[in-house]
Amino acid sequence: MRVNFTVNGRKQEADDVWEGESLLYVLRERMGLPGSKNACEQGECGSCTVRLDGVPVCSCLVAAGQVEGREVVTVEGLADYANNRSCAGSSCGTTLQEAQGWSAEGTDSQTGEGTELAPIQQAFIDAGAVQCGFCTPGLLVAADEMLERNPNPSDADIREALSGNLCRCTGYEKIMDAVRLAAARQSEPEGV
Amino acid sequence: MDFLRPASWEEALAAKAEHPTAVPIAGGTDVMVEINFDHRRPEYLLDLNRIGELSDWEVGEETVRLGASVPYSQIMDHLRTELPGLALASHTVASPQIRNRGGVGGNLGTASPAGDAHPALLAADCEVEVESVRGSRRIPIDAFYTGVKRNALAPDELIRAVHIDKADGPQQYSKVGTRNAMVIAVCAFGLAVHPESRTVRTGIGSAAPTPIRATTAEEFLNAALDEGGFWDNGKIITPSVAKQFADLCSAACNPIDDVRGTASYRRHAVGIMARRTLTWAWESYRNDHRMGGAA
Amino acid sequence: MADTRTTGIPFNVTQGSHTKGGIGESTLRPDGTLKVTGEFAYSSDMWHEDMLWGQILRSTVAHAEIVSIDTGEALATPGVYAVLTYDDLPTDVKNYGLEIQDTPVLAHGKVRHHGEPVALVAADHPETARRAAAKIKVEYRELPVITDEASATAPDAILVHEGRDDHHSGHVPHPNVVHRQPIVRGDAAAAAERADVIVTGDYTFGMQDQAFLGPESGLAVPAEDGGVDLYVATQWLHSDLKQIAPVLGLPEDKVRMTLAGVGGAFGGREDLSMQIHACLLALRTGKPVKIVYNRFESFFGHVHRHPAKLHYEHGATKDGRITHMKCRIVLDGGAYASASPAVVGNASSLSVGPYVIDDVDIEAVALYTNNPPCGAMRGFGAVQACFAYEAQMDKLADALGMDRVEFRQLNAMEQGTIMPTGQPVDSPAPVAELLRRIKAMPLPPERQWESSEGSDVRQLPGGLSNTTHGEGVVRGVGYAVGIKNVGFSEGFDDYSTARVRMEVINGEPVATVHTAMAEVGQGGVTVHAQIARTELGVAQVTIHPADTQVGSAGSTSASRQTYVTGGAVKNACELVREKVLEIGRRKMGSYHPSWATAELLLESGKVVTDGGEVLADLVDVLEGEAVEVEEEWRHRPTEPFDLRTGQGNGHVQYSFAAHRAVVEVDTELGLVKVIELACAQDVGKALNPLSVIGQIQGGTLQGMGIAVMEEIVVDPVTAKVRNPSFTDYLLPTILDTPTIPVDVLELADEHAPYGLRGIGEAPTLSSTPAVLAAIRNATGLELNRTPVRPEHLTGTASA
Repeated sequence: MRVNFTVNGRKQEADDVWEGESLLYVLRERMGLPGSKNACEQGECGSCTVRLDGVPVCSCLVAAGQVEGREVVTVEGLADYANNRSCAGSSCGTTLQEAQGWSAEGTDSQTGEGTELAPIQQAFIDAGAVQCGFCTPGLLVAADEMLERNPNPSDADIREALSGNLCRCTGYEKIMDAVRLAAARQSEPEGV
Repeated sequence: MDFLRPASWEEALAAKAEHPTAVPIAGGTDVMVEINFDHRRPEYLLDLNRIGELSDWEVGEETVRLGASVPYSQIMDHLRTELPGLALASHTVASPQIRNRGGVGGNLGTASPAGDAHPALLAADCEVEVESVRGSRRIPIDAFYTGVKRNALAPDELIRAVHIDKADGPQQYSKVGTRNAMVIAVCAFGLAVHPESRTVRTGIGSAAPTPIRATTAEEFLNAALDEGGFWDNGKIITPSVAKQFADLCSAACNPIDDVRGTASYRRHAVGIMARRTLTWAWESYRNDHRMGGAA
Repeated sequence: MADTRTTGIPFNVTQGSHTKGGIGESTLRPDGTLKVTGEFAYSSDMWHEDMLWGQILRSTVAHAEIVSIDTGEALATPGVYAVLTYDDLPTDVKNYGLEIQDTPVLAHGKVRHHGEPVALVAADHPETARRAAAKIKVEYRELPVITDEASATAPDAILVHEGRDDHHSGHVPHPNVVHRQPIVRGDAAAAAERADVIVTGDYTFGMQDQAFLGPESGLAVPAEDGGVDLYVATQWLHSDLKQIAPVLGLPEDKVRMTLAGVGGAFGGREDLSMQIHACLLALRTGKPVKIVYNRFESFFGHVHRHPAKLHYEHGATKDGRITHMKCRIVLDGGAYASASPAVVGNASSLSVGPYVIDDVDIEAVALYTNNPPCGAMRGFGAVQACFAYEAQMDKLADALGMDRVEFRQLNAMEQGTIMPTGQPVDSPAPVAELLRRIKAMPLPPERQWESSEGSDVRQLPGGLSNTTHGEGVVRGVGYAVGIKNVGFSEGFDDYSTARVRMEVINGEPVATVHTAMAEVGQGGVTVHAQIARTELGVAQVTIHPADTQVGSAGSTSASRQTYVTGGAVKNACELVREKVLEIGRRKMGSYHPSWATAELLLESGKVVTDGGEVLADLVDVLEGEAVEVEEEWRHRPTEPFDLRTGQGNGHVQYSFAAHRAVVEVDTELGLVKVIELACAQDVGKALNPLSVIGQIQGGTLQGMGIAVMEEIVVDPVTAKVRNPSFTDYLLPTILDTPTIPVDVLELADEHAPYGLRGIGEAPTLSSTPAVLAAIRNATGLELNRTPVRPEHLTGTASA
């Protein structure tokens, strides 16, 4: 079957889609957008999280045919999406906590320098929240959406919002640091 | 496999009539797992996402008409007052991403004993509105679950909505899993206090072939509350009554040993949850009752 | 190759331009931006025009003779390009394996575990391949299953592998024992006579899964020269290559491997998974073939952590000195050997833990059974032992009426302690100090769930499931400490290779580091750039993609890569530096006497004297020249353990970590919330502090997982896996995760590069027993198995 939908602001058309294919498969194998990850394909890990008409969902559990005419944002479009979002009126106040005495003060991630990143993406790099990185795209989409709704989250709020995203490398502590960092930067007009 | 995309409820009914084996897919949180893991290859998938009304709800005088596809996250956010038990149950469903997609219709359609909504629906009391081209009918929740992963739907019927009594008293919900989030129920318990009818209803999940009520426990409790004048005197429920209620709830279970837990644990845990949820709900009732009396 | 989507293949990237960024700084990952934008190409992201999809048919039973395989209908399916079975293997080499080549590429005559590969399909769509695989008819004649020590070593037991002739077969007590290692030192029986108290225990350790998130996957592209290019996620390219090439009948230089992005490993990618299968299909069809396991298949597609039964006896005198230890550790290796021999070596040689015990009698064995094959996972052998000996330490302390931490400190090993193997510990072993540090950390406040708005269930056992508002909740605290060896032991030639190039590009001195090290998330690439900056004084370091065009780096396992490949990079940089200085002396030596007389360094793009005097810009020295060195580097050699006594200098280095766990247990429902898992670890030297902390926190959480939820459940009757999915194999979520404060000690090991200590595994050891100890403390229960499930805490386990 044929499916037409919008991905990261661009109209896309997929042809010869098998009816059992998931949105995740179409994104990864037909659209050249492998950023959304295929870790479990059963809605238990969140690594394939995308926004479907603005709502975070597991793209592995959306049938390709169900996205006809709808809008999808993936990690590849996250920077643009965040950039387009109006930040006016947001007020935040979370204090950035030191990461157990070590501070992320290196300034070294030059790969892709010049790439515009969403604040949450930069915060993940700066806080050391990325190791193998396979969970990262899904976490970024979920965390970005949470900060959009709740710019001043408590630790328990962060944990609840990200409880659908498994990470096997980090023990989640640096991910907590990253989200706190993004929230704190968001509350300061020009960032930290 | 064919993918059917009805644009309206009527089209969906027609499609289901023409292809009774068609598998409805809304949130996809059950069906797509089965497809991804090659457990199921339905001849037809019947997509219900384009039928907007399934994602709507109406709050009436007595009941809430909840569209089959209203996502759990919406129930949590918007129906906490009217459907407190179901809102609590919704909050225990899987993950935020799943709660954004899944709805009560899917739980009912799958009719797994582990579906999180069932104990809350049983405790609150509701009717399931189902329809086919032959017509519409309402199935009382007590008659809905007919076997392991089986329900009272005819092959050509689709679930349209659930009519749930608005809460007239406190409701509680507990679920045991071996993880603090994103976990399938080892067992679950729902409890609703109905001051208007002076009854307490229950629902138990994952502890019998189908979701069940602990009717003997309810009867015992309703009698004990009545006899002790608890509805009016606002006293705390005596520990012996709570214990007897909990024991009867345990006894209502008919669980199995499986990879998620032992039968013995399930019986035990249902008893603990029954006692705790009754205590919490009754505490709320007493507070509300006192406030009402003072006004 | 024009259309192969491999441009995002990691690390052909340049990093660094503004800061010094040398060792000891928390420089950021060079792959960070690619990973947060979704552009980093993992092995499952590979794509090629006209590629086919490979599918593996796996056995549905654990132990059976294969009567027949009929592939006819599958092969006739439109869209199917190839169906392969054992009979299609191209050479006489039909097995592979890390140490013992006992694993069939495709089952031959017999399957030995549930999920063993039987046939392969290549088709133009994954669904076509799946449907075709389902049409392959395999007739099995089932055999009795061997599932434990009793059934494995019974006199009439069926042999899992008949006709063994591997190098362990001569010394094992039964052909269903892969390897046995006794260690005898002193006289445990005599020492037991001096003991005032003796405690014994039988412990059970469940089967843990690595559960890396990136599934086994890769792309094999047939080449015009008859060879194949393979893009894959692995822990050790050259080990893969050595196993792949003979099966394909190709010389190693015709199997060109490139490391694709690796979505975690933790030991689970030490063995081959889809590598040979993809190559076979690609060579057969002449088309690129991609294979991606789904999560279900992944549970069958890699080895797991050995489940174990451990029996321990310890004695102590009234004054708190341990007199002796006897133990027997039985590891279930499953159907194929994988890393079992090394796991036995670690379990036996580290079975005393970080304690001084002169009189020991130790035996460890690994079995062949029909359970899932088990092999490498973070901390292997040492993890299982630590769970048991730390439970024993608490029991001993309690029996003596002593404080559990003080008792450990009293018996703690230190530099100079002789291991049971007779090997002296010749670098810092701050065991008592680590314990002191975690004990000194402030405890988290009580009843943190209470707020003005009631109980926050997210901070209570049961979490969002709303099971308690504080009822039944009891806090417990537990301590544990562990010891892990670093690097490959027992005489293995454990080397790595680095190629370092230095040249001027666009007016700047640039170093390029090329190794075959598998970056699996640990941050090795970050550290390599830091080392190159420190040694060569450049800002710009390019990390070349890891491939087999350079010498072996050894495995990304055993906490060894920063030590060994880091050491190789440091060594190669030093050699490059010497060459650069030679050029400088040749070109400019006459301009300044210091060229000849002073100790010279490369710093901030300049040649400087150790006194800080600038002699030249590197740009001028290197103008028109490029310097390149490829060199192997080795740590100190080790020896095998004597097969009878276990004596021998078998280990290179040890790594120590200690944990304090604070748990809150709903004692009525048996639900556990770990509140805090504090860790203190000696890292020798933190080359990248941010990464070090991340490793410690990640390892700590994996240890917690096996304490309270993670377990592959194998049916004891059928030997089939009952929970091969993330629905029923539970990993901790962020809501299950405690805060993990980390205290890092840096006591240099003078034998290691920069004094560093391998760090990746140690935190996984002590985390599990600390959590168990805390749960015992809260509940008063004995709890001799892990993971602990609610039924174990409520007396409702099945018989």
